[in-house]
Amino acid sequence: MNETLVIQQRGVRLYDGDDKAKLDVGVVLLSTHRLLWRDQKNHECCICIPLSQVIFFEEQAAGIGKSAKIVIHLHPVPENKEPGPYQHSKYSYIKLSFKEHGQIEFYRRLTEEMTQKRWENTPVSQPIPTGIGPKAGRTRAVGIVGIERKLEEKRKETDKNISEAFEDLSKLMEKAKEMVELSKSIANKIKDKQGDITEDETIRFKSYLLSMGIANPVTRETHGSGTQYHIQLAKQLGDMLQAPLEERGGMMALTEVYCLVNRARGMELLSPEDLVNACKMFESLKLPLRLRVFDSGVMVVQLQSHSEEEMIASALDNVSDKGSLTAEEFAKLLGLSVLLAKERLLLAEKMGHLCRDDSVEGYKNIRYSSDLMSYDRVNKS
Amino acid sequence: MHRRGVGAGAIAKKKLAEAKYKERGNVLAEDQIAQMSKQLETFKTHLEEFASKHKQEIRKSSQFRVQFQEMCATIGVDPLASGKGFWSEMLGVGDFYYELGVQIIEVCLALKHRNGGLITLDELHHRVLKGRGKFAQDVSQDDLVRAIKKLKAMGNGFGMIPVGGSYLVQSVPAELNMDHTVVLQLAEKKGYVTVSEIRDSLKWERERACHVLDHLLKEGLAWLDSQATGEPQYWLPALFSELLSRDVTPEEANQMTP
Repeated sequence: MNETLVIQQRGVRLYDGDDKAKLDVGVVLLSTHRLLWRDQKNHECCICIPLSQVIFFEEQAAGIGKSAKIVIHLHPVPENKEPGPYQHSKYSYIKLSFKEHGQIEFYRRLTEEMTQKRWENTPVSQPIPTGIGPKAGRTRAVGIVGIERKLEEKRKETDKNISEAFEDLSKLMEKAKEMVELSKSIANKIKDKQGDITEDETIRFKSYLLSMGIANPVTRETHGSGTQYHIQLAKQLGDMLQAPLEERGGMMALTEVYCLVNRARGMELLSPEDLVNACKMFESLKLPLRLRVFDSGVMVVQLQSHSEEEMIASALDNVSDKGSLTAEEFAKLLGLSVLLAKERLLLAEKMGHLCRDDSVEGYKNIRYSSDLMSYDRVNKS
Repeated sequence: MHRRGVGAGAIAKKKLAEAKYKERGNVLAEDQIAQMSKQLETFKTHLEEFASKHKQEIRKSSQFRVQFQEMCATIGVDPLASGKGFWSEMLGVGDFYYELGVQIIEVCLALKHRNGGLITLDELHHRVLKGRGKFAQDVSQDDLVRAIKKLKAMGNGFGMIPVGGSYLVQSVPAELNMDHTVVLQLAEKKGYVTVSEIRDSLKWERERACHVLDHLLKEGLAWLDSQATGEPQYWLPALFSELLSRDVTPEEANQMTP
């Protein structure tokens, strides 16, 4: 089969073993037959390695200040190697450093090509330099030009696709813009009471806004956007969250709920706003759950049976019992997450039932005690 | 005594008012709502057509996603507001970002005990990609940023702090003001900072520096290495991920007072 280009990636630096090569950043190309690297600035400088020379290759993860790399181990240099940028190397492997990412896709394609070994089907029409070692010779201009041309074609094709997509997108956006204008006009009219809108029509309007992703400019009810969708969702959540909430001391952070629900759904996932708007409806729908926002901004869903007084009382009990507790210890006791345990302690502190003892330097977790006397003692010393 | 709205007289009056209104060329809101309903159906058809041709593009190309998002923002549309929105349902943009949101939350939760709830965007990106597996579609940092912006709706302190040319992603409601942010930025180069360094670079008094560092310690965002040569060093786990991606050895654990 003819050699074809599989993938290319720019912004790749080449390493001779562990040494940064005297070469700079360039473009790495993978064809069905070869791995090529070409200097971005000096196009004359090019290195190519037949894939048959590759023993194996592996990924090297990125780190602080270091890009992700692919390490490629090669067969030893044969005698009749063609001249090139590198004649000798003390290493038997090279590294490609992906300064502009792209390593994931490249690695995947390289794996594919190395598995399929399509070069083995090649007719000997185009002589490929045979004696290649850790560093290959300069490749024939023909080969590169051939690949370059295909590259150009492919880019034009991709560009064409993309520009068609963008063109269509622009047209679509024009139409969407009309919808936005119309909804603004309606919203203004509702505000100025130009017309008699029924409850029904308001609900319909809100659902149109939801479909289009236009923010509701009309009302700011505390029970959320109130569409049929959110009402249904609230009821579903009411059923679905009972058991998980019981298991977790009656309270879950909203982000936890988000993950739980979306993992269960698998597709047609809820947006964060969907979840918030649905939870806001718990009270008006008389469901046994409540959405609650702590002072810190943390949002939780809690079982209505777990009232504030109960939470504070339990916090006080547990802390007095042990003398003092940190959020982490409290969390372990109740089977709550540390975040929510901390919120309860903060709440109890706010109500004046607990106080902090943060006299110890460098404490990650603040210790709470119910000994209000020690608070004065500590702070006055 | 009048009863409003009821009765033939009231209805006739209303009809008259409406007619006068229409005469002036103004369209009533309820008529416009009916009009919107029709236009929505038409739009839906266009969107379906677009989706059938270009849905793949959105999933494959992060560049296209950026373009798409920016255009939506320009016209005042949020394609990610609801899973029930047309954009989400027909283009599948929703699921892409909402799932990403789940993955982001999970990564942040898993690492919170190590870094206190602060993580570099680079590390988050790396770990999310890892979690998605080799054959999942690629996700850009722009995608992450947009997903994080959506997560803010759920409280819990999701936020982004600009540091060293990129961002630190915060996933806990720790209060971080300008002073804290500036110290984080200072610590970015080496992963740790000392009181002297703060005083030299920022020209603060000792007390101010200590106050800020104390807060970071309490929030679990910084760890104190009191046995460092010279003066104590305040390390930010969020900034030295490479170190933490290995398991912490017992010796290291003793060195660092949590």
